[in-house]
Amino acid sequence: MATAIRSRSRTGRNLRAVGAAGAFMLPALALYALFVLFPIIQAARFSLFDWNGLEALDQFIGLANFERALADPIFLGAVSHNAFIVILSLTVQIPFALGLALMLNRRFRGRAILRLIFFAPYVIAEVITAIVWSLLLQPNGLTEHFLTAIGLEDAYHPWLADPTTVLFALFFVITWKFFGFHMILLLAGLQGIPREVEEAAAIDGASRWQGIRFVTLPLLGPTIRVSVFLSVIGSLQLFDLVWVTTRGGPVNASNTMAVYMFDRGFVRFQFGYGSAVAVILFLICFVLALAYQRWVLRRDTEGATTYG
Amino acid sequence: MAEPATVRDGVAAVDRRAGRDARARIRRTAGSMVRTVVLLAVAGVIVIPVAYAVLGGFRDAPQLAADPVGLPNPWVWSNYTDSLTSPSFWVQLRNSTLVAGISTVVVVLFGALAASVIARREFPGRELAYTVFTLGLLFPVTVAILPLLILVRDLGLLDNPLGLALPEAAFGLPLTIIILRPFFRSIPQELEDAASMDGCGPLGFFFRILLPLSRPALVTVGVLAIVSSWNQFLLPLVMVSSESNWTLPLGVTNFSTQYTTDTARILAYTTLALVPALAFYVVAERELVGGLTAGSVKG
Repeated sequence: MATAIRSRSRTGRNLRAVGAAGAFMLPALALYALFVLFPIIQAARFSLFDWNGLEALDQFIGLANFERALADPIFLGAVSHNAFIVILSLTVQIPFALGLALMLNRRFRGRAILRLIFFAPYVIAEVITAIVWSLLLQPNGLTEHFLTAIGLEDAYHPWLADPTTVLFALFFVITWKFFGFHMILLLAGLQGIPREVEEAAAIDGASRWQGIRFVTLPLLGPTIRVSVFLSVIGSLQLFDLVWVTTRGGPVNASNTMAVYMFDRGFVRFQFGYGSAVAVILFLICFVLALAYQRWVLRRDTEGATTYG
Repeated sequence: MAEPATVRDGVAAVDRRAGRDARARIRRTAGSMVRTVVLLAVAGVIVIPVAYAVLGGFRDAPQLAADPVGLPNPWVWSNYTDSLTSPSFWVQLRNSTLVAGISTVVVVLFGALAASVIARREFPGRELAYTVFTLGLLFPVTVAILPLLILVRDLGLLDNPLGLALPEAAFGLPLTIIILRPFFRSIPQELEDAASMDGCGPLGFFFRILLPLSRPALVTVGVLAIVSSWNQFLLPLVMVSSESNWTLPLGVTNFSTQYTTDTARILAYTTLALVPALAFYVVAERELVGGLTAGSVKG
């Protein structure tokens, strides 16, 4: 009798625990399902229609929007611009951030203030970054004055207004805004590597450069891979900065997928077509993320003995 | 006979070592000089645009065109005072604060509730729920913006602070849950058992014990939420139409297209929008950095 009561009350308690778990999850799940998951599914649905966002959703056209996007040189150009930014980020921005992280990973006076300065652009809104740099780079702006002052007036060029240089100029501004973020990540990773490992390498006769190349970098691998991943995803989603500085111009030379989507969807009211572009962007990110998870990040969770 | 040789050898050895030390010292000094130059140059490239914006606001347009370098001469206050006395700046500041406040409270509260059970309870589907939330980290609001507009319109939240704050909170949930989960997990079960023996239910444990013990982590996710809401541009660009509901990023871009020729005015307005974020950053740098590194480095 007593056992029965105890076991019943235990079942009751378990049930209550499960119920409580559900109740605790509910607000977050509901919010997330409504504003994140549902819109992504909706985008997939809208992408199959010819729709301006206002009238009834009844012009089903199958995959025609996708065919149109993949045949549009302007969209393909936007994809290649995103790829260009991705490549520059990986080959220039992350090595740059890594170099600075290595420099800051030792004690010296002023280190804290430098870290504070380097990371500051990360909290400055992309919109504000875009406005200030547009003014700095425009003709008769500070950059031109500065170059003239040091006798290099020929070096000035209206970079943002020239289709052949606009992507490099945007990449410079992107780096200005985001290198500090990667530097902070890498610095945190560096500080997780015990000093003794590097000292042991030095005692064994490794030069500082060899120590970095063969000891520090391999141990920093997991952090570098996270940094690379975030940089790729961020470069693919690029919108605010481009929209405010160039709107994708001049003559589409700095269009990105997100800018193209926004322009077609909200400026020209091609909601169905814009959704198809969003789905393509989503799929590119998703496939890259899965592949990266599968082929690169997995090693970190499997061999997570040196890192926790 | 042997003694002088030894002394000579000793002196030579000392000389050699001194030479080696000196060379190493020179190399070290050269290395640290290179480092100093590089670090100062990078710091300059970051500080100069900000200083240019702040000081540029104190010039007038002709001054800015003729001589943008150096201190303003004379100092022009009207750009700042005009902006500070215009009601639209204060309206935008209030809207930005309101939206950031709502979205932060929602994302921290909802995220903490979910993270607490994901971290501390066994139930079927727990790992699935966690995976679904972490996947959201991949998809910033950009991808979902078109259907999101339709949804917010159907909910009747267009041109309403909630139409910004709720999607922002929803897209902030992944990072919040990822950061809070290990923190909540590290709080010992014995504490919960003891609380339960004293008659404390799950909700009581959550609010009276778990949250107070996790204050540092909560501050971190809160700071992250405030920064990302404060800088959000695409959502208000799409969801807000009437000027009385503009947030600062919208106001600043609009101001900059409205006064294209008066750069000094733009710089003053931009600076005013920038100052709250930078002031907040200086106060909350540690939490921000701690949160981003915990969220991204330790996964």
